[in-house]
Amino acid sequence: MKNNKTFLFFSSKIIPYILLLPTILYLLIFIGYPLIQAVIMAFQDPKTGAFSLVNFNILFEDFNFWQAIKYTFLLAAIIIPLQVLFALGVSLLLYTKFKGSNYVLYFFIIPLTISDVAASLIWYNILSGSGYLNKILITLGLIDKPIHFFGYAYKNMEILAIVITEIWRATAIVFVVLFAGLQMIGKDYIEAAEVFGASTLQKVRHVILPMLKPSLQTALIIRTLFALQVFAVVWILAGRDIPVLAGEAYYWQVEIRNPNVAAAYALFIAFFSIILGYIYLKMFKTRYLEAGTG
Amino acid sequence: MSRVAPGEKTLILKKLVIYALAVIVSSWILVPLALIFISAFAVPEEYYDLTRIIPTSFTLENVNALLFVLKEWKATLNSIIVALLTIAISFALGLPAGYALARYIFPGKDMFKLLIISLRMFPLMIMAIPLTILYLNLGLSDTLLGVAIAHTSLALPFVVLITSSIFVSVPVEYEEAGMIFGLTRFETFFRITLPLILPGLAAAAIFTFVMSWNEVFVASVLTLVNRTLPADILVSVLAAPDPYKFAAGFIMVLPAMIFVFIARKYLVAMWGITLR
Repeated sequence: MKNNKTFLFFSSKIIPYILLLPTILYLLIFIGYPLIQAVIMAFQDPKTGAFSLVNFNILFEDFNFWQAIKYTFLLAAIIIPLQVLFALGVSLLLYTKFKGSNYVLYFFIIPLTISDVAASLIWYNILSGSGYLNKILITLGLIDKPIHFFGYAYKNMEILAIVITEIWRATAIVFVVLFAGLQMIGKDYIEAAEVFGASTLQKVRHVILPMLKPSLQTALIIRTLFALQVFAVVWILAGRDIPVLAGEAYYWQVEIRNPNVAAAYALFIAFFSIILGYIYLKMFKTRYLEAGTG
Repeated sequence: MSRVAPGEKTLILKKLVIYALAVIVSSWILVPLALIFISAFAVPEEYYDLTRIIPTSFTLENVNALLFVLKEWKATLNSIIVALLTIAISFALGLPAGYALARYIFPGKDMFKLLIISLRMFPLMIMAIPLTILYLNLGLSDTLLGVAIAHTSLALPFVVLITSSIFVSVPVEYEEAGMIFGLTRFETFFRITLPLILPGLAAAAIFTFVMSWNEVFVASVLTLVNRTLPADILVSVLAAPDPYKFAAGFIMVLPAMIFVFIARKYLVAMWGITLR
């Protein structure tokens, strides 16, 4: 092409759409179409192909479906608050900028690059019957027999192992959001609070936390959506002893080979994601408005 | 009570507390990592010996057996191929889109941005199940290309947003200057813009690699014979003795660790962009 009236190019109207076209086509074919298919599959009788609620009937009559809902939300309810508190603590610690704080930062975000599969194996290594925790406790004489974390008979310990693994693995995601938010708070505000003699706790409570609200909201939404999809950690550490929604979808798809019921499970994950995302947005918005009037 | 240096005393105490906490936080991450490295190379008898805390004899046998007895070398190779294909596809799609977002103002831009951002939030595992049927029709069933195409949906929003923020950092004036001196738009891009953004793109590619390498649900659902490493761990390695699992954990962690080391400067900024 030999057109050198260069600046006309920048205002050219079609070019951006041509540049976006590959992405849009991809989204339509590999995201949009499967999404519609997922809805159709969930409401389809696998034998006749006609509209039917048969898949949802299978779901509602399955004991494991209700267990999966229970455990998915139970795990989220235990893990997310702990992660937010832990991430907030580490953010505040690193915000003080001491010598070597950058190294602590690098270490703390290493798990961002570690998969749920690897993290599960890492903690299985520590918590198993002859794992390092049991070795240390036995050597110290604190216990005689190994503590069991795994197996159907030790369900509560399995939950504990899942919680530990998830906190180790995914707190970094919450941390990155909160730490970024913390750095955007002007030093002026905190210095002003110091001038008026605020203690560290008062600074956190009255200056930092209110200004961190948007970051907290983002972190909570992201973590909750991930929590609804929890799969590999539970599957590796507890199998179907602790059923979760994504685990059941995997089970119906890969082991029972019934993609229609699997699609119904997937729809429930999407459904809960949308509802919770909406609730979070509403909740934070009203609080923000209240803070504005009060 | 001496009133000479109470402030100094509390300052020292404060520093001590901060450093103690820093050591605890670092250990919380580093010790479990070190332990999987140790277990991957420990002689199994020593791992199972409850009276010995840290194994002292090491062997390559666990990793060797995992790769060549369980034949996980093939799954490892599959994972690498899928990750490289994912980089290729998501960059081919995302780079032009990122450029468009950075350089043009056009109707529908905000809607496109919103679409990309919401895609990042959406539970993509939902797509995996219907994709099996679409792939049957496209001849992509149980293929590495099929997995890579699905993994692209994870990486694409990330690549679009990162490349657009990298492009914004290159002044338009450079490109205008190039075109004034007679380069076409394509030449300008390849000879002026691309060299400037290469380090940022390399970091984005690394993150795409790690995302694909780590993904397990979609890969498990879409493949049967040509499984990626994490997908095969769920099936074969979990049924194998413990030392195999530790060796598998070690191999899963390794590329991620290398990449963190290479791209550590970009890590926080990049995750900031993807999670904002």
